[in-house]
Amino acid sequence: MPFTFSIYDFTGFTQWVDATLRGACSPFWATLWEMVIVGVLFLAFYAVVGLYLVYAERKVCAFIQNRVGPNRVGPYGFFQTIADLIKLLMKEIISIKQADKLLFNLAPFIVIVTSFLALAAIPFAKGLHPIDLNIGVFYVMAISSMGVVGILLAGWSSNSKYSLLGAMRSGAQIISYELSVGMSLIAICVLAGSMQLSVIVEQQRDLWFIFKGHFPAITAFIIYMIAATAETNRGPFDLAEAESELAAGFHTEYSGIKFAFFFLAEYMNMFIVASLAATIFWGGWMPLHIPGLESFNHVMDFIPPVLWYIGKTAVIILIMMWFKWTFPRLRIDQLLNLEWKFLLPISLVNILIMAFIVLMGWYIGL
Amino acid sequence: MNEEIILKEADEQEISINMGPQHPSTHGVLRLVLSLKGEMVQKVEPHCGYIHRGMEKMTESMTYQQIIHLTDRLDYLSAHMNNAAVCLAVEKALDIEVPERVKVIRTIMDELARIASHQLWWCSFGMDLGGLTCFFYGLRDREKILDIFEETTGSRLIQSYYCPGGLMADIHPNFQQKVKEFIKYFRKILPEYDELLSGNIIMMERAKGIGKMSKEEAISFGMTGPSGRGSGFSCDVRKHHPYHAYDKVKFNEVLRTEGDTYARYMVRMDEMRESMNIIEQLIDNIPDGDFAVKMKPIIKLPEGEYYQRVEAARGEFGVYIISKGEKNPYRMKFRSPNFSNLSALDALTRGHKIADLIAIGGSLDYVIPDIDR
Repeated sequence: MPFTFSIYDFTGFTQWVDATLRGACSPFWATLWEMVIVGVLFLAFYAVVGLYLVYAERKVCAFIQNRVGPNRVGPYGFFQTIADLIKLLMKEIISIKQADKLLFNLAPFIVIVTSFLALAAIPFAKGLHPIDLNIGVFYVMAISSMGVVGILLAGWSSNSKYSLLGAMRSGAQIISYELSVGMSLIAICVLAGSMQLSVIVEQQRDLWFIFKGHFPAITAFIIYMIAATAETNRGPFDLAEAESELAAGFHTEYSGIKFAFFFLAEYMNMFIVASLAATIFWGGWMPLHIPGLESFNHVMDFIPPVLWYIGKTAVIILIMMWFKWTFPRLRIDQLLNLEWKFLLPISLVNILIMAFIVLMGWYIGL
Repeated sequence: MNEEIILKEADEQEISINMGPQHPSTHGVLRLVLSLKGEMVQKVEPHCGYIHRGMEKMTESMTYQQIIHLTDRLDYLSAHMNNAAVCLAVEKALDIEVPERVKVIRTIMDELARIASHQLWWCSFGMDLGGLTCFFYGLRDREKILDIFEETTGSRLIQSYYCPGGLMADIHPNFQQKVKEFIKYFRKILPEYDELLSGNIIMMERAKGIGKMSKEEAISFGMTGPSGRGSGFSCDVRKHHPYHAYDKVKFNEVLRTEGDTYARYMVRMDEMRESMNIIEQLIDNIPDGDFAVKMKPIIKLPEGEYYQRVEAARGEFGVYIISKGEKNPYRMKFRSPNFSNLSALDALTRGHKIADLIAIGGSLDYVIPDIDR
């Protein structure tokens, strides 16, 4: 297979890699090598994205708060988070006498592994899609809700009352908001008629789903944004950490790199949630196309899909950061009321409306 | 409440948690021992004394001029008012009438300190609720007042600007202009505070109906200042027992009857506006004259007992002096507003959640050195 590389379509390139590997060794080893390559690439990607989301958050919150933010290490403080990571790596990992050693050490890995796994199903660009499951949406949902196990274990095994309170709050919160996230995504799956992320993206070639599905899609998007912010334990729903109440909640007792794992996982979860929102509602890597405006669509096509994907994700992440740095924190009973009394009923009705609209063919588009 | 019944059935066991002395929302080294059932607070037991410095005892071996500097370190956010209480007590004992200029400058300084203190309270209250941005907005504006203080008094936090008989120094030539600039600026910026926090739906949900205290309870706990006035207890010393130039200015005593966290919050927000009104009335009319009356280097109060109270930023601050006619007081007692306000914490928080405890604590606005003295 000839070598081809295009920033607009990675299919040729990935197929060339696959063909070359399969030509060089047996299918088993070829698959294994592919796994290793993807894994290493992901690790690098994970570290870079995690670190630079932390940097972005610090800069964004600084701008919101009339500050400059990190500006000492490198230009505009660009290497600040790398310096922080080195510091965290070199710090002593404090082991707690009363803690359940096994679970205590296991918890950060569960949290980080789940966020790592969820990344696998995200389409970054055409052909740049590690594993295209036919139940992609379901897979991401299932994996990302496993993170709560790590958080619960962390709070439980720390043998600290603050951590336990944080973990219990987090458990109640994530399990409830999981429902709304799922329901709002299902509304779009109804519109798309598929749970396969590549199909969902491809179907938005004419028009993104948030426009195509108009009213119910916008409702679903708003519900998704609220619920996803809650699911990632970010402000104003950061009750599990609640630094002014519980000091640091479930990770009070962690130090050094284990703390960094929780920290990175939080940002990666935010990234995954944002990229899922971008993929499902805003067309993922698909450029903005408006039916009827051919020349406009061609201009949009010149921007590489990867940039579209990154741009959309960044905008959604920015919105989530904006939330966090503007609103005060909710209380646990208000949080659960919001989910069970408002978001869940609305999203259930929303699915019905969406189904009706799809049946009647009242959505915008071709 | 179904939820409460479920909670009670689920958690038979009470757990006790140690909040503080190192905790982000105890505003210092306050230690609260909480009894919890799940998230519900059953009992709060404040343990004071982590920053006890024995100030009342220290005063017995100090001259009155030296004591002024100690009072700064009580409630460091209302240092001017604390100074004023001692100065007024000494002046009353010696029967000294300070010049009008001194009275007016003291009033302006007190009110500036009150605004600065309420700004910092707003910062920390926002932060207690989880809105970190508030902290930086408030500090940004407080900085402007501290700059004014620095220019005139030479220091930013604990100024020790008043002395028996007047002021340590005259005001800086820029003082009036700077204060006017600040008032103009802050009138424009205060609605921003309301937009960010007061009108926020989450904040209202968190604060309304939380930590209710009736007027009678507030009186029996001795809650004064904005915390007492939030319950409808008319306790403004500036109004009832005017000192400085407060009898010459028009201002309203901010009163609210709800008695919840939101009422205490709104009282403070409105007090900032009232303070600006007071300053505006006085800033252009500072009379000429001396900034202090000539005092003897060693002040000896005549034998007797003297009490003076002032309205500090957190409530009624009182100084009680027993003098045996020497240069040191025989016994001195400070009545600090925070100590009384803290005593109401348990009654306010019972049956609420931990998050409410933090909000209520924030609305009481305690400064720990003032509690422990």
